[in-house]
Order: sequence, then C-alpha cells, then structure tokens
Amino acid sequence: MKSLRRFFTRLSNFAAGRRADQRLQEEIAEHLAFQTEENLRAGMSPAEARRLAVLKLGAAAAIREDHHAEQSLPFIENLLFDLKYAVRMLLRSPGFAFIAIATMALGVGATTAIYSVIDATLLHPLPYPHASELVRIEANLPGVGAHDIGLSIPELKDLQNSGVFQYVSLSFFGTNNLTGSSQPTSIASKSVSPTYFAVLGVEAQLGRTFDPHDQTPGFNNELVISDGLWKSAFGGDPHILGKTLRVDNDPAQVVGVMPASFHDQGQNSDERGTDLWAAAGFADDPAPKPTRSIRLPFETIARLQPGLSPETAQAQVDALVDALKKQYPADYPSKGAWTLHITPLAESVVGNARQSLILLFGAVGLVLLISCVNVANLLLARASTRGREIAVRQALGAQRTRLIRQLLTEILLLFVLGGAAGFAILFCTRKFLLELIPESLPRMNDISINWGVLAFALAVSVVAGIVFGLAPAWLMSRLDLTGTLRQEGRAASASRERSRARQILVIGELALSLVLMVAAGLLLRSFWDLFKVQLGFNPTRVVAVETSLPNPNDPKTDVYRTATQEGVFLREVLRRNRTIPGVEETAASDRAAIPLGHSQNDRVMMPWAVEGQEMQSSQPPLIDTLIVSPEYFDVLGMTLLRGRLFADEDLESTPLIAVINQSAARTYWPNQDPVGKRVHMLGRLGRARPEWTTIVGVIADARTESLANAGIPQAYLDIYQRPAKFLAFYLRGQIDPGAISAQVRTQIQSVDPELPVFRAETLNNVLSSSLSVRRFSLEMVAAFAVAALLLAGLGVYGTISYLVNEQRREFAIRLALGAQRSDILKMVLRQGFGLAAAGAVLGVAGALIVSHLIAGLLFGISPNDLPTFVGVSVVLTLVALAASCIPALRAMRLDPITMLHTE
Amino acid sequence: MKEKPDVLQGTLALMVLKTLDVMGPQHGWGIARRIEQISGDLLAVNQGTLYPLLLKLEQEGSIASEWGASENNRRARFYRLTGAGRKQLQAETREWEQTAAIIARFFKVKAEDLP
Repeated sequence: MKSLRRFFTRLSNFAAGRRADQRLQEEIAEHLAFQTEENLRAGMSPAEARRLAVLKLGAAAAIREDHHAEQSLPFIENLLFDLKYAVRMLLRSPGFAFIAIATMALGVGATTAIYSVIDATLLHPLPYPHASELVRIEANLPGVGAHDIGLSIPELKDLQNSGVFQYVSLSFFGTNNLTGSSQPTSIASKSVSPTYFAVLGVEAQLGRTFDPHDQTPGFNNELVISDGLWKSAFGGDPHILGKTLRVDNDPAQVVGVMPASFHDQGQNSDERGTDLWAAAGFADDPAPKPTRSIRLPFETIARLQPGLSPETAQAQVDALVDALKKQYPADYPSKGAWTLHITPLAESVVGNARQSLILLFGAVGLVLLISCVNVANLLLARASTRGREIAVRQALGAQRTRLIRQLLTEILLLFVLGGAAGFAILFCTRKFLLELIPESLPRMNDISINWGVLAFALAVSVVAGIVFGLAPAWLMSRLDLTGTLRQEGRAASASRERSRARQILVIGELALSLVLMVAAGLLLRSFWDLFKVQLGFNPTRVVAVETSLPNPNDPKTDVYRTATQEGVFLREVLRRNRTIPGVEETAASDRAAIPLGHSQNDRVMMPWAVEGQEMQSSQPPLIDTLIVSPEYFDVLGMTLLRGRLFADEDLESTPLIAVINQSAARTYWPNQDPVGKRVHMLGRLGRARPEWTTIVGVIADARTESLANAGIPQAYLDIYQRPAKFLAFYLRGQIDPGAISAQVRTQIQSVDPELPVFRAETLNNVLSSSLSVRRFSLEMVAAFAVAALLLAGLGVYGTISYLVNEQRREFAIRLALGAQRSDILKMVLRQGFGLAAAGAVLGVAGALIVSHLIAGLLFGISPNDLPTFVGVSVVLTLVALAASCIPALRAMRLDPITMLHTE
Repeated sequence: MKEKPDVLQGTLALMVLKTLDVMGPQHGWGIARRIEQISGDLLAVNQGTLYPLLLKLEQEGSIASEWGASENNRRARFYRLTGAGRKQLQAETREWEQTAAIIARFFKVKAEDLP
C-alpha cells in the first residue's frame, strides 16, 4: 500500500516535472546556518565553523542525487533520455531507419493481417454469449458405418430431460420461397425447434424470438427474420411485427427481427446467411408422427449446463445412451452400436478451414521471423560504423548494462515504429484486403482491424524487438576498447564475432525462406494438378440457373406434389429454355447435382440396400444421390460405359430405375455387371417404404462432388420418377451469362409467376469458386514466399557487401600481387554460394518437416516431391548468387593503388 | 581513533519518527542534532543523508512538512508526525522491542538452562 502511494507521488512528481531541488538547496543552506551557528557558540572561528559544518553535512552533490532519485522515477527518466537519443540517431541515418522500419512493417503488417483473420475465425468463431457452452450432438451408428443419422423426437426429449443441457434444438437449413412482394425470392431459411435462439442465447432487436417452452407439434406459424431481410424486403418497416408473410405458400406471422450483428451458426456461407427462421416441434404434420425409430436428419445443437465441460457431458450422455439401449432394445439393435457424440460447436463450425488458416499463420510467422533476422542483420552491420561512438562512451565511463539498455531502446524504437507502420498500412488498406478473403471462409464475425489486433501488433513488435535486439545490443556493446579507438573502428576481434553472427543470421534467413518456398511450391503444384485434373464432365459453355418449388406444410395444397405434376412443369420450362437464343441443349436436376456447387452438406445421402447384400440390416449404407433429368448426362458430357441412360418412357408409373457411376459399381458389385441388379431405396412420393430400383446403366466417374476425390460412389435417379423441390436448370450454348438470368426468369415465370429464379452462374465459375479457399491460401503463401525470398536476398546482399568491405584491403593486396580480377569475383561469389548452400541444407531439413505437416492440404503430390525441393533450392541459390554479384563486382573493380593509399 | 558505528539500515527512519514524536515539530538540523545527542554522540549521522529519508517518509505520508520560523527567527522547514506516522511508529516500536527481547534472551542463555 505504502509503496504504491509512494510510486504514485513519484509518478505525479515525474509527470509534473516538479523539482524538489530548490527546496533541498534551501534546506541545506538553512541546515548549514544552524550548524555554523552552533560551532560559533562552541568558540570556533567563523571560517572553521563553516568548514566543519560543511564536513559534517557530507557530500552535497551525492545528497542531491539521492534526493532526486527519491523524488522521481529514474527508470522512466532514463528511458525518455534514451528515447530522445534514439530518435536523434535514427534521424542521423534515415536510409537505415527507413529500410529497417519498412522491413518490420512488412513482417508485422502481414502477421497482423493474418492474425485478424484468425482472431475472427479460429479464436472467436461463435459470436454468442458463453460460446464455450455450445455443442453439436451427432448420432452415429458406427456398427454399420452410418454417421450423423439425426435424432428422433423422443430422443430429443430424452436429451432435453437429461439435465446435461440447458436447451437442445433441432434445425434444418434450406431455402423457401417468399412470395407476396413484387418479385418472388428464394431465401435461406431454417426450420428450428422453438429452443433454437435460447440455445444460441441471442435476443431479437425488435419483437421476440421463439418461446423455448412452446409445445406446438408442427409449425407454430411464427417467423423470426434477419435484420438484412427486414431492411431489404421490408424497408425496415417498424410495423413489421404481426405481419403475415407467405413462405412456400404457407402464411406465417413475423414475431421478431434479429439484430444486425447476428449471424446464424452454420457450416457454409449460405447457412451463415440465414434470413428467416420458422419454429416447429417436428412432432407432427408435416413431420411424421414422433416415434423413436423415425430419425430426422437434422442438425442438433445444444447449450450445456453452465460449468459443464464437453468431456463430462459426453460421459453423462454415454450413460444415457446405455440406459436407452436397455430400455428400447428393439429401436437400438446392437449391430448398429448407436452412439451420441458431443463436439464443441466452435470446432464443427471452423471445420476444415482450420488447417489452411494455421498454415497461413505459420507462413506469415516465418516471414516475420525473416524480417526480424534481416533487421538484426542491419543492426549488426551498423554496429561496425558505430563502434567508435560506443567505444568513446565506454571510455567515458558508461556502464555496459546502461549501454545495452540504451542500444536496446534504440532497437525497440525501430521495431515498434515498424510495427506501427505495418498496422497503419493494414488499417488503410483493410477494405482492399478484406475483398481478397474468400466468401467460403467460415466466419460469423466480421473480420475487423480492432483494438485487439492493434495490441497484437504492438506486442509482436515489442517481443520481436527484445528477442532480436538483445543479441545485437550485446554484441555491439562488447568492444575491445583500446583496439577500436586506436584502429578507428576497423576490423577488430569483436567485429569478427559480429560478422560470424551475421552469417549465421543470413543462413537462417535463407533456410526459412526455403521452407516457405517449398510450401508454396507444393501448394502451387497441388493447385495446378487439381486445376488440370480430368473432370469427367465438361463445364464449358454451361450455365446453371436455380429455382425452387414451394413445399407447403399441407401437401394437398402443393401443385407440384407428384412427379407427374412436376413433370409437366419441367418439360414446359425445358422446352421454353431451348427457345432462348444461343441455347443448344438444356437439362434439369436437383440443386445438389450442380457439379461442385455448394458445400458438402448439400449432398443428399440416401439409404441404399443392395439386393442379396446387407438386407438383414435395418441400417443400409448411404449413397450420394443425385436426381437428374435424362438430358443431364448429355449437357454435362458424361460418358455412358454400359447399359442405358434415362429415357422419355421412364415415368412415375413405370418401374423405378437408377444410373450409377463406376465407383458405385466397383463398391457394390465388384467384378460383376451391375446392370439389371436391384437395390431397395427411396420410394415414389407418398410411399413411406423404400422400393426396388433397377440399375440400368453405369457412367464413368466424374468429379462432380469433389475435385480432389474421384472415387465417390454415386447414384443418379430420374427426376420424372422422383421429383425434387430445389431445381437447377442447365443451358449449354453461346450464352451471355449476364442476360441469361433474366431470360430464364421470364420463361419460368411465364409458366408459374410465383417461382423465384436466382443464382445464374457458369459451371466454370462454380468450379473456380469451389477452389477459393485453396486459392486464397496458395496466393497468400506464395506472396509470403516471394517476400521471404526478397528479404533473404537483401540479407545476403548486405552481408556480402559487409564482408567485401572488411576484406577490401586483402583484395587490394591480392590484386597488387598479381591476382586476376576474376579470382576476386570468384572468391566473393564463393562466399555467397557458401551461405546459400548452408541455408539450403538447413532449409531442406526444415521443409521436410513442414511439408509433412501440410500433407493434408496437398493433392496428387508427395510431400517429399523431389522436383519441388530441387527447383526451390536452385532458385534460392540463384537469388543468393545474384545478391552477391553486386558487391562481388564492386570488389573486382577495386583500384588497389587508391585503396592501399587511403588505408 | 575508533570509528563511530553507522546507523543500522532502516533504523534511522524509526529514530526520526521517535524524535518527532517526543520533540514535536522539528527542522532537519534539529532532528539530526537530537539523534546525535540521544545516542550520546556515539552515532555518526552524515547529516545530509537525512534529507532523502525525510522526503521518502513524507511521500509515504508518515510525516508532513511546512515552512515556519525557527526559535531564533530563521526561516526553516518544519517536519511533524502525521496520524499515519504515529501508527507506524507504534507498530515499528513493538516490532523492535520484540526483536530486541528475543536477541536479549539469546544472550542470557547458558548451557545448563537448556533441557
């Protein structure tokens, strides 16, 4: 307490610049007067009395210093003094200061930029209160290899009553048609349990969210809308509450508007952009009657009881699962081994972008390291020119620690200025930079350059400054005093040490940049291979346009209920689309069949029981299912290998058929002809039970689901037999992608004016955006690698110049003794080559480790890919040689006469 | 000549406080003089060292100071004990006496006293 009070008094004295010196002097004068008086009384002569009084007082200067130290804060005072001096020194060599600050600005700026992305994604993926309580619950049947099979309503109730969770909610993401305004629109929407917002812990900005205790079995006809939809579709109407909207033709009332800052959680950008939430109990119409065996393939998220860790929750849920299995053995056959798996929601949201982001952070960390090394190198170079100054100050009695402190202050100033400059540049270019970030990067927070990011930038600069400044400061202050003073700072023993330190730094720099370049090289080759991969389909000149049919809660009001009803619509739209100028061929499919469109959770996985295999199991395997029109294969240029494709004769009333791809044939009928074989799968509309479906054809594998994976088994179903609600129309030909959307809209809406038409995109665009995260990390890593290479080149240049400068006498003597100029050139280049070789050896070792760490991001290339390693090493060596060339040429052109004269 | 012992570390503050407690407000020289007198001129107070200490005590709030006139009408800075200082003095006196008592017991002890 007391020392705190003393500190504050001193701080205020320091800040106010208050000087107690005057007071002390007066007090001392008064003290001396008293003592002299007493001495006089004791009978001394005035001169003697005065002398003894002064003696008795002690050394006045020392007292004043003590007094001053007591009064103020000497540490800060010294710091300010050092700072003033440092600024003066930097101003004296502006070139050096500029290069050092720019280098640090690059390093810190880049690191901070990546940090701001990571801050908003990995560190704070969920912008909800107490986000660590949020978990995702996944039901699996590991016994039959089925994952994420969903929950049934009784299971949901069991979880809700287990005491492990505050709230549990189901949600189902999709799109709905919003009609009634001028243009029908398709909006991203979620059907959710009424507990959904209670789970997330977010309140509405206007009105309310759903009542978590609502027990309505089906849809309760309440809607919550996003701020975005409220503003775009309703102009921010303050009287929106209570208004009735028509969603897929079902009327429902708006009860709340979410705040602008609210973004829904989800695994893709579509889902995170949800604009409308409808509450349902999922326990009755239009959902099936709630029985334990009917599982809804929905996503389950929950909020844990406060203070419960996911691990403890998992243990408690495991116990619940065991109890349920005992209680309902018929619903949980032991073969399936039903389990519930709890994962923190944050993890499942960030998903596979984590690896890319960590790679980026690692890459940018290396760039930062290289910039630091480079600046440390520059500092050492400067040490040789400042040797005299430091020697003089040491000779005048400066303590070594004091000297190190002052040098460190100077270095820290450089680093912090660099960091501040980097941050400032980042802040000014943030708009431009944010556009580089792909849309598909998982984030619900807006990436922003905020105070936390600024604090990060400063912390990084200070830590880097201390770590990389201590060694140079220590080496600089270590001088052979007499030697330096006598030789006017020319090669002394300490400078040998410094030049060794510099060589080690440059080798480190080269090694680090090699690591980055190898990573960039491997990623580039993976990307290139992915780009050049045999697609198995032809996306060129094809445009996909989407529409969606309403899916009202009461099927009786659905005008597109049966395949026959929908077939009329499809045939008419296809016929009309063919009349659009330039269109050669058209097709239709389920939205999930758009090649490489959207993310994984748009995939439709259907149970698929092959006749004669696995029939005994109640849980057949799931297969990737695509619903397409007969022309689909032709429009996309897919190859039929055996059997036949769909034909116009295949209708709802004729036997159900399917076409499969080669992978499916290989997986389910190894060494057999699958044509004519039957599977038990999805029945016709209105039939609850699966029906026999005959395989009529096999097509070649196409990478429509994933560029990186060709071997996904797929089954194609005929859209005229099993209709789909979310439709994509394909048009191939000479098409203007800008105008096509409007043209197709006219055609579709002339058939049904209530249908929204949206998202017209060429398949090439779809393909390219499916690579966006990969491209983003490739571009970033490549940019960092180039920056690293440039910095390393600069480092080599600086070090070789320095070495040449030190050896110039030696060169001059050699030349004078008859050495060829080319010998000198070779000598210098050999030094550069030596650095490069050492850097390359170290770097290859490091790169081998790193390339194995990023193996998961590579495609079609081994992490030990020899050509990449060799190529990158060669490039590095060439850059090092090029960088040593300039000082080498300078050394070669030395005029020995002048040189030896001046020295 | 035998050297006068230096003031034990930390005890000077205690002496200053006690002096002010007994004598009432005093100027710097007065305090220095009093300490010397009480110690029977056995202690050498390098009088100047007193001033940084006075400043420290003042910053800690144990003493306060103001300009005033001395007995022979000289302008002088007078230091006086504050309430906090008095409390501190009491606490430190107790501690000191305790320590002194313990040390004294050690000096008195003889081999046969120990069990």
